[in-house]
Amino acid sequence: MAKAAGKAAARLATVDPYEVGPTGLFRLVDPDGREVAAVPPLPDGLAVRFLEAMLFQRALDQRMLNLQRQGRIGFYGTAKGQEGSTLGTGAAFEADDWVFPALREGAVALWRGMPLEAYVAQCFGNAKDPTHGRQMPCHYSDGPRHYVSLSSPIATQVTQAAGAARAVQVLGRKQVVAGYCGDGATSEGEFHAGLNFAGVWKAPVVFVCQNNQWAISVPVQKQTASETLAVKAVAYGMPGLRVDGNDVLACYVATKAAVDRARRGEGPTFVECLTYRLGGHSSSDDPTKYRDESEAKVWEARDPLLRHRAWLVGKGMWDDAREEAFLAAAGKRITDAIAAVEAAPPPATDTLFSDVYATLPPHLVDQKDRLARGEPV
Amino acid sequence: MPEMTMLQAVNDALHVAMAKDDRVVLLGEDIGKKGGVFGATAGLWDKYGDLRVMDTPLSENGILGTAVGMGLYGLRPVPEIQFLDFIYPGFDQIVSEMAKFRYRSGGEYPCPCVVRSPSGGGIKGGHYHSQSAESYFIHTPGLRVVMPSTPRDAKGMLLASIFQDDPVIFLEPKALYRHGKQEVESGYFEVELGKARVVRAGDGVTVVTWGAMVPVCEAAAEKAAEKGVSVELLDLRSLLPWDADAVLASVRKTGRLVLVQEAPRTLGFASEIAATAAEKAIDSLRAPVARVSGFDTPFPYTLEHVYKPDAQRVLNAIEFVAKYD
Repeated sequence: MAKAAGKAAARLATVDPYEVGPTGLFRLVDPDGREVAAVPPLPDGLAVRFLEAMLFQRALDQRMLNLQRQGRIGFYGTAKGQEGSTLGTGAAFEADDWVFPALREGAVALWRGMPLEAYVAQCFGNAKDPTHGRQMPCHYSDGPRHYVSLSSPIATQVTQAAGAARAVQVLGRKQVVAGYCGDGATSEGEFHAGLNFAGVWKAPVVFVCQNNQWAISVPVQKQTASETLAVKAVAYGMPGLRVDGNDVLACYVATKAAVDRARRGEGPTFVECLTYRLGGHSSSDDPTKYRDESEAKVWEARDPLLRHRAWLVGKGMWDDAREEAFLAAAGKRITDAIAAVEAAPPPATDTLFSDVYATLPPHLVDQKDRLARGEPV
Repeated sequence: MPEMTMLQAVNDALHVAMAKDDRVVLLGEDIGKKGGVFGATAGLWDKYGDLRVMDTPLSENGILGTAVGMGLYGLRPVPEIQFLDFIYPGFDQIVSEMAKFRYRSGGEYPCPCVVRSPSGGGIKGGHYHSQSAESYFIHTPGLRVVMPSTPRDAKGMLLASIFQDDPVIFLEPKALYRHGKQEVESGYFEVELGKARVVRAGDGVTVVTWGAMVPVCEAAAEKAAEKGVSVELLDLRSLLPWDADAVLASVRKTGRLVLVQEAPRTLGFASEIAATAAEKAIDSLRAPVARVSGFDTPFPYTLEHVYKPDAQRVLNAIEFVAKYD
């Protein structure tokens, strides 16, 4: 059996994502879990870790969304349907590389080692939140693992990623920077400026666009008249790759090629991952109001999690018992993390005033003191 | 000590900063080979090359966004925005990003960055080369806003700005770039941020101003003295955080306050100073607070001299509050 699979794999051609180009679609495994191109050798255990991380994120997202529905956290945005492109691309960067995320890359923070309790606490915004409840949920920051704090304005991180990559060049280091964005972000001036600067500087940055085809309620066809998003890269003098975003292995292989290329000093790459947002934009959004659910059904059948599981099962690397055990343990981890942080009090009042500046300036001392003393302020 | 114009002092500060620390990098439009449209970065590209003195694509958005990324990564970027009037495409990066990074990341990501930009009128540039836009930035928690009026302050405050960790909007009054020379220390020194400078001591009327209005107010104070009114003139220098203690101490002494700004009147920084005087020194005030300012109009081309406060307009205000009883 293993021998036969080996023979079948040997017949498959090796495909270079750079040769597929910006108007093709780089894919290794089809929606039924069958290999359509040779899967190159992967680091030990990576393929299984991908499925585990995808299953974990799906479970975590559902639990966090439930917390929002129960009024226990204020907001949440799931990555449902995009776990393949999130984790496949995120895993291609080294621990020392820098990640400038967009809204749906929380799974990348966890992949890089952000403690689950910190992730959950950020959503509660309480005293256990390392960022002191200063942003709405899903706006994680994890300095030790170079997962840079994100903001809500769209695409501002694209220019920042280009700048950080320029700084890597200035200091003569070997890191690569990840700059994430969504399909809507490609309409922003920041996107143009970021890719333009990175192209001119030949900076070691890989831009990853999760094209989930919906910017809240606006479909990608209304964002751009370009044939694909990847083709935009050509105008900035960098390669544009177009990848099946629901094929976690293809996302990894393509992004890894881009990361290696950047690390060799050959410049930036733009990676478009074609995927689909199965849920709403966030807990505040109801997609049934603007999109045909038959479209979502089509994409449910292309679920990245089902596809990767089918591939792993076919390889004899995964089975139902293992999944059951994993999900039970994952559920417990999530329950434990929520239990560990939910009861914490709000952040101390002092944290309203700290970190605005390196040290507290006189006008903030005055405002803080007046608040404490009950004086007019 | 060498004598320098403000422009030479800014240039000297950049030379000193770049020699002192490899992490200091400059980026902007025309700042490389050309040395900047005013010449503030002259000689630096020749010394440090493309990696540290970057002629960027023509995009204020790109300049400021990439500067934020550099600051986060650990450099000390000093982006130049050719004229303050052109900064708005990058406004989001200033207001939403560099000003918020330290706070929103729980202190994990400070964002040192000194945005240099020539500000205000004085070159017959119409409204797109002349505006005083400081209020937009003073209204943004997390930023420092600095506007020196002398060569020595320009150098010492620029060095102090580059070698601290908060983002700074460093406004250079272009009318004063070649206004005159002053002795400035060689090498590295700092002028403390957040402290006002007493330009002229007096006990009759307090005049508070900054930037290009400082010499205008000096001329007005001179004329007032001839008429027997003693003016205490403060150059604020730092607009955020600002030296409220120095202003209030002077107001408590004189009881009379004139505020002079080149910027439009409504919600200009003078308004904040007036409100602070009303909150904290109302018992000392013996006359209404007077504001002298640009008008709530766009900055004009031909009538620039009417728009901008001059010594006579400032003198009128000084005399009004001095005589008020």
